[in-house]
Amino acid sequence: MPGRRIIDADEIRRAVTRMFHEILERNRGADGLVLAGIRTRGVPLAERLAEQIRQAENIEVPVGRLDINLYRDDLSERPRMRIRPTTMPVDVAGRTVVLVDDVLYTGRTVRAGLDAISDLGRPLRIQVAALIDRGHRELPIRADFVGKNIPTRQMELVRVRFHETDGVDDVSILQRG
Amino acid sequence: MVATTSNEPEVFPGNAAQVPVLRRHVLDLDDFTAEEITATLDNAAAMRAVLERDVKKVPALRGRVIVTLFYEASTRTRISFEEAGKILSADVINMTASASSIEKGESLLNTGLTLQAMGVDVIVVRHPHSGAPHFLARNLNNVAVINAGDGAHAHPTQGLLDLYTARDHLGELAGRKVVIVGDVLHSRVARSAVWGFAKAGSHVVLSGPPTLMPDPVAPGGWGSAGNNGVENPLANVTVDTNLDTAIEGADLVMALRLQSERQQRGFFPSLREYIRRWQVNDARMAHANPDALLMHPGPMNEGIEVSSSQAHGDRSLIEEQVTNGVAIRMALLYQLAGAAVAEN
Amino acid sequence: MADAHHNGPILIAGGRVIDPANGRDGAFDVLIADGLVKAVDRSIPADGLDQTARVIDASGLVVSPGFIDIHVHLREPGYEYKETIATGAEAAARGGFTTICAMPNTDPAIDNAAVVDYIANRAAGAPARVRAIGCVTKGRKGRELADMEELITAGVVAFSDDGDPVYDAGLMRLALTYSRDLGVPISNHCEDHELCPGGVMSEGWVSSRLGLAGIPAVAEEAMVARDISLTELTGGRLHLAHLSTAGSVAMVRQAKERGIAVTAEVCPHHLMLTEAWALGGKGDPNVAAGPMAYDTHTKVYPPLRSNADVAACVAGLADGTIDCVATDHAPHERVSKECTYHEAAFGISVLETALGTLMSTVHSGSISLPTLVERLTTGPARVMGNGFAQYASLTPGTPADLVLFDPDAGWTVDVNKFASMGRNTPLDGVTLRGRVGATVVGGRIVFEEPTVLNKGDVA
Repeated sequence: MPGRRIIDADEIRRAVTRMFHEILERNRGADGLVLAGIRTRGVPLAERLAEQIRQAENIEVPVGRLDINLYRDDLSERPRMRIRPTTMPVDVAGRTVVLVDDVLYTGRTVRAGLDAISDLGRPLRIQVAALIDRGHRELPIRADFVGKNIPTRQMELVRVRFHETDGVDDVSILQRG
Repeated sequence: MVATTSNEPEVFPGNAAQVPVLRRHVLDLDDFTAEEITATLDNAAAMRAVLERDVKKVPALRGRVIVTLFYEASTRTRISFEEAGKILSADVINMTASASSIEKGESLLNTGLTLQAMGVDVIVVRHPHSGAPHFLARNLNNVAVINAGDGAHAHPTQGLLDLYTARDHLGELAGRKVVIVGDVLHSRVARSAVWGFAKAGSHVVLSGPPTLMPDPVAPGGWGSAGNNGVENPLANVTVDTNLDTAIEGADLVMALRLQSERQQRGFFPSLREYIRRWQVNDARMAHANPDALLMHPGPMNEGIEVSSSQAHGDRSLIEEQVTNGVAIRMALLYQLAGAAVAEN
Repeated sequence: MADAHHNGPILIAGGRVIDPANGRDGAFDVLIADGLVKAVDRSIPADGLDQTARVIDASGLVVSPGFIDIHVHLREPGYEYKETIATGAEAAARGGFTTICAMPNTDPAIDNAAVVDYIANRAAGAPARVRAIGCVTKGRKGRELADMEELITAGVVAFSDDGDPVYDAGLMRLALTYSRDLGVPISNHCEDHELCPGGVMSEGWVSSRLGLAGIPAVAEEAMVARDISLTELTGGRLHLAHLSTAGSVAMVRQAKERGIAVTAEVCPHHLMLTEAWALGGKGDPNVAAGPMAYDTHTKVYPPLRSNADVAACVAGLADGTIDCVATDHAPHERVSKECTYHEAAFGISVLETALGTLMSTVHSGSISLPTLVERLTTGPARVMGNGFAQYASLTPGTPADLVLFDPDAGWTVDVNKFASMGRNTPLDGVTLRGRVGATVVGGRIVFEEPTVLNKGDVA
């Protein structure tokens, strides 16, 4: 599918840097912080944020991986029949969990992610971080940390690629086929 | 709490791995591809993680109705399906032969049609007649059917949990030697396990009294290459009624349940002789690989098919099989629900 | 136009006449009048016939004596919800059969003259000649011989406990001995129950695949061997019903070579269908057992068997080891088949698909068309004895029982169009080659299929 590239690797790097600064600033450091990447592309984003925090603050922030398929409310629309384990290296109780995903769109994925975290324990608070916020929310959910706001039409798709998953770093807008 | 202690390196599968597994019914493993089996086992691994949490509940199948329709007594399989459905938030209704219109002589078909008319999404059926699940599947348009054991034919969810348990411990199953010993002739567990392990590339050896060895289940015969350009799915399945030689170098030994009526029907002379020749005991396991594993589908006649020392020894995976059974059934229920949606 | 009430002369012109009784195979015209075959000649002019005569253009069709089926189940009396004599005879007419012999596993069983009379009355005016076969033992219970002479006087044409074997070897010996001077055969259904407890299909890779209890070939062969020995011992007249295995065919061949008075029949399905049909893929052995598997319409006794058995039965029919085809037409109501394989009744509704099935052996080159016609006409007549010869030939002066069929016409089986009440066949939806165009019984056209007989009337 040919797409219109709107963000390149450098811009992604700068957006991630800005996000990790905002996360540390809002939470006054990295103590009690957990990053929870939503599979698939929330995971490399969460790992990059953790890596930047380690380099800047010399603190290891635990990174969990959430598979939210079992919490989706749209099984009736999109059967996704490959499920992978949810892993969380620490107990989330009493911690601040930053839910990380590549694109924030309708809010349904985040809603599923909130449920998934709730079933793991009772965090102190949950924040939401997304590389791209493309609008068109269907639920009362907002991002606490956004790499870049991209106005889109509903007919369009936003494709984020990361080196870890796709061999290249970029963001493109595609027309829904 | 800590959801899982797994330190697996994160693998990012390509898009191919996201291709959904679409299947309307689970009748036996003979129509599963190796890839579909692998995908189901992978999903079961994720389900197993849910089982290990404090909160054993996910909303995936909220609003779906599952009926377990059991025409034969069963505790573990029925409870396993019930637990699997409930953890996935489905409503699970249990129907057994002693508490329903089955006793009034209502036919299997009419029972199925009635359940379909009530909006049931999945029927999990166990029946003493081989092919009963196929009969339901053929006649019900809007219900997914899962075979929970039909006559002497198949028990595909047991076969998958056996594969899952074996893979969990052995890793790669291709090239492994799997010995299935006992009443293979009447065993639906064995039939499904044969398909599963054969498709996984294992070398399967069937052992037990010669009177309880079945005919090959494909035209090519046990252990022969394919003919007429059709690959024989049983090329790596052989029969050796001498357990002492069959067990040499085995990576996995699966003992089957022996029903006492087989002895009464004359399939073997006595339990004493059966134990002498086919019990899985310490002496025989000593000829298997040093780290060989022992499985049994249950319920077990301890001291007959398997010696007590082996049943409770450190090679025994019998309890783990039960846990994995719930995870496998969760995976299948989830996959069927998704497939039903994709079809509509 | 169909004209079932036409009673005038009929000229069947331009067909290929195959009349094994007279060694005839070629282009002939056949003239029928007064219920009899009047003439068979190279060319019979139509102008000489009276105004009521009907001329049928049979070009492209085979014209032969009507088929004789010595093994059908008409279910009446007792099981009229499965089939009646009227519907069964109608199905026979559609299949080209002009004489059918009804097995006695009715309720009451055909073990006394009253039941034979009842059947004769019910069959009056039916579109096929219906003959009764009497029980070997009273009530088919296998304990004591039925009143055989009384039954013959009432009109039975053979004896059988079909559906079950005459199980007791001593009793079978007595039956063969006692009937020696009665001039009719004892037809036995060979099945050793001890060798197939609970069996529902042929024992082999398919039964193993499906987890169904098997019926090994030896369950049939053990009793075939027993009965051949008893026939040699007693000098009786044994007919072996529905042979299905290579071993049975070999034993019959050997017995005939030794001069033992044994005859045998084979069913159309055992000449074409194999055990693999139970997998639900219309015979494809490589399909996985999906929802279509366990097709209860494939459940029949003897069971559908292996490729090798089918080949041996075809060869046996071709070389005359097997004397005739018999359908074992076994109609059942829907519920008897709408259940699990284990619960399903044995039997296939065969009459209306028989010719199309049998022609597969001709189209494959295994059997010649004249030989097949022989096995459907003079073959069964020879098995049954003197009374049947007149219905198995086109000899002038004999009753005009004929069939016209197109050996090549393709058609797709649709059970909803069956005349038989039994829609139980695995062939539903299958395309067969070979179809009946018209059936004539006693000079009366009892069935015609315009799409086959499309040359139309010239009268």
